[in-house]
Amino acid sequence: MTVATDIPATIRPSSETLLTAGQGKPRNMGQLVRWLLLFIGGIIMIMPIAYMISTSLKWPHEVYNVNLIPEEPTIENYTYVLEDGRFYWWFVNSIIIATITTICNLFFDSLVGYTLCKFRFPGRQIVFIAILSTLMIPTEMLVIPWYLMSQSFGWLDSYWGIMFPGLMTAFGTFLMKQFFESVPDEFIEAARIDGLNELQIWWTVAMPLVKPALAALAIFVFLGNWTAFLWPLIVTNSTEMYTIPVGLSGFGDEADVAWELIMTGAAISTIPTLVVFLIFQRFIIRGVVMAGLKG
Amino acid sequence: MANLAVRNLMKSYGQTEVLHGINLDVADGEFVVLVGPSGCGKSTTLRMIAGLEEITAGEVMIGDRVVNNLEPKERDIAMVFQNYAIYPHMSVKKNIAFGLRTSKMSKPEKEARIQEVAEILDMQLLLDRKPNALSGGQRQRVAIGRAMVRDPAVFLFDEPLSNLDAQLRTQMRLEIKKLHQRVGNTIIFVTHDQVEAMTMADRIVIMKDGHIQQVGTPAEVYHQPTNAFVAQFIGAPSMNMLPGTLSGDGVQLQGGRSFKTNQTRETSLEVLVGVRPDDLTLEAGQSILSGKVTVREPLGPETLIYVETASGEIIAKASGRAPPEVGEAVELSADLSNLHIFDADSGNVLR
Ligand SMILES: Nc1ncnc2c1ncn2[C@@H]1O[C@H](COP(=O)(O)OP(=O)(O)O)[C@@H](O)[C@H]1O
Ligand SMILES: [Mg+2]
Repeated sequence: MTVATDIPATIRPSSETLLTAGQGKPRNMGQLVRWLLLFIGGIIMIMPIAYMISTSLKWPHEVYNVNLIPEEPTIENYTYVLEDGRFYWWFVNSIIIATITTICNLFFDSLVGYTLCKFRFPGRQIVFIAILSTLMIPTEMLVIPWYLMSQSFGWLDSYWGIMFPGLMTAFGTFLMKQFFESVPDEFIEAARIDGLNELQIWWTVAMPLVKPALAALAIFVFLGNWTAFLWPLIVTNSTEMYTIPVGLSGFGDEADVAWELIMTGAAISTIPTLVVFLIFQRFIIRGVVMAGLKG
Repeated sequence: MANLAVRNLMKSYGQTEVLHGINLDVADGEFVVLVGPSGCGKSTTLRMIAGLEEITAGEVMIGDRVVNNLEPKERDIAMVFQNYAIYPHMSVKKNIAFGLRTSKMSKPEKEARIQEVAEILDMQLLLDRKPNALSGGQRQRVAIGRAMVRDPAVFLFDEPLSNLDAQLRTQMRLEIKKLHQRVGNTIIFVTHDQVEAMTMADRIVIMKDGHIQQVGTPAEVYHQPTNAFVAQFIGAPSMNMLPGTLSGDGVQLQGGRSFKTNQTRETSLEVLVGVRPDDLTLEAGQSILSGKVTVREPLGPETLIYVETASGEIIAKASGRAPPEVGEAVELSADLSNLHIFDADSGNVLR
């Protein structure tokens, strides 16, 4: 096992925990109970995914059997979904929307979060509270104003229409503000003396120091948009503009929901989320901020 | 390089005034140390010179320019912080080069300059390392390198050695002093450690509660302190303060001795008689105090003795080879010219 050297010692697994983790037998009752609970938790987490994959490998007539192993496994569903032109479009739509939204969130949330964190200006607290208070308004309440807004601006059934409510989020701003608190003012002042302007300081000094937060935010926003259902359903009309969740929900015909196809699409659509997670999670475990300060 | 002047500098945070009119002249190439207890306004003064803190009132001049309204980068200064503030995501070389980002030098010129600085600081072999692979002393050297690389008119240091262990601190102290002798830039150095101040400074500025107490060379502030605060702040162990009364040209110490001084007052005056442990010995001389030894601290060449007297516990110096026993009664003497007499009310030295 390799341990990144810049992880603070406190969260780096000690040789002791590594050893105990390697031992096969529980040491006492307490540990046994803990393992059991974790095991049950693990099963609960993995079941939906197992069923998704299992169902995607079944023929339609077998879908309502609860058996985990398909009687006659088939990849027919995969060929069908991948050859169906619609799925291809939904996939592309989802990728474009989730990617652009993620990039915008990383940019705007951190810019605003940084400003709120590191600059003292009149009304700063009020702006911050105003941003936070929007967290308390549920999406369900917002979709109607959003819809009316999109309608009057002519954004219905377009990428822009799907994306605009999520390009900046209060949660992301809050998260980034909190993380910028951990960037010492001395870094910023040193850069100021070295002659950088405030935008350069934000980009070249502060941003690299909050990479773990950016990675977490990226994963969060990407997943949130990848799985978003309600708003894309409302704002889109034409099949070509659907995102994956909206499109998949309509698979099948009026009489019957084609679960095996929905599950196939869902299984395929987990791949990008896995990729995003694998790309960004390595930043999360690297806490780099403190390394430049006193040691 | 340039001289620096601070004129009637004041700072308030809201209603609280923390600096009450600082006046200071620093000559070109001078090494000035601001020293004082924590919270006395040293950092605030330095940060106002750097342009990191708004100036409430007064003027800062670098060279012959008033820089009050200039950005930090336009003031031709560089600053080294207590926590180093070197960027963890950049290599040592990048960190040093960072100081040149906005300079107009050509690439090869920059490269040469970085190598030159690395050589002065003896860091050539560390250039490709990341800060987390450096020791505390090396990190601080990188921070100094980043400041040096631009060859600023004035270097500002804010307690740069506080995070280092004692041995490294002594070593870096020497290195910074040598560096100053070599490059000759004006330096303003902030510390709360009077030893650092005494050993490094051309001139020391002693501050307390937002006021300057005294400005002078290390010898001046040690031998001619202007008030009781400076007298006790500079020098370790601290100067003994013996309460007494001055009338005519004689001092009557509380609980005992009286002796003649070089001061004369018509009316009697409450005073503090200051005498450094170094000047208070068991050898023959004008007897000042007597008492019993309570504790001995052998330092090798000499032994500090704590003596319980009528004026409280007093520290004095005894021989390292044959110090008095604990419990022994001793007679402490001093040369009268080494006594400092302060007004008990104002704390100012009597002249
Ligand atoms: N941002 C601030 N807001 C209010 N008071 C401050 C602020 N910064 C410093 N002070 C006060 O100013 C005084 C001087 O602080 P400082 O210059 O940091 O002292 P030091 O001599 O220890 O460097 C202290 O009493 C401190 O409490
Ligand atoms: Mg300070």
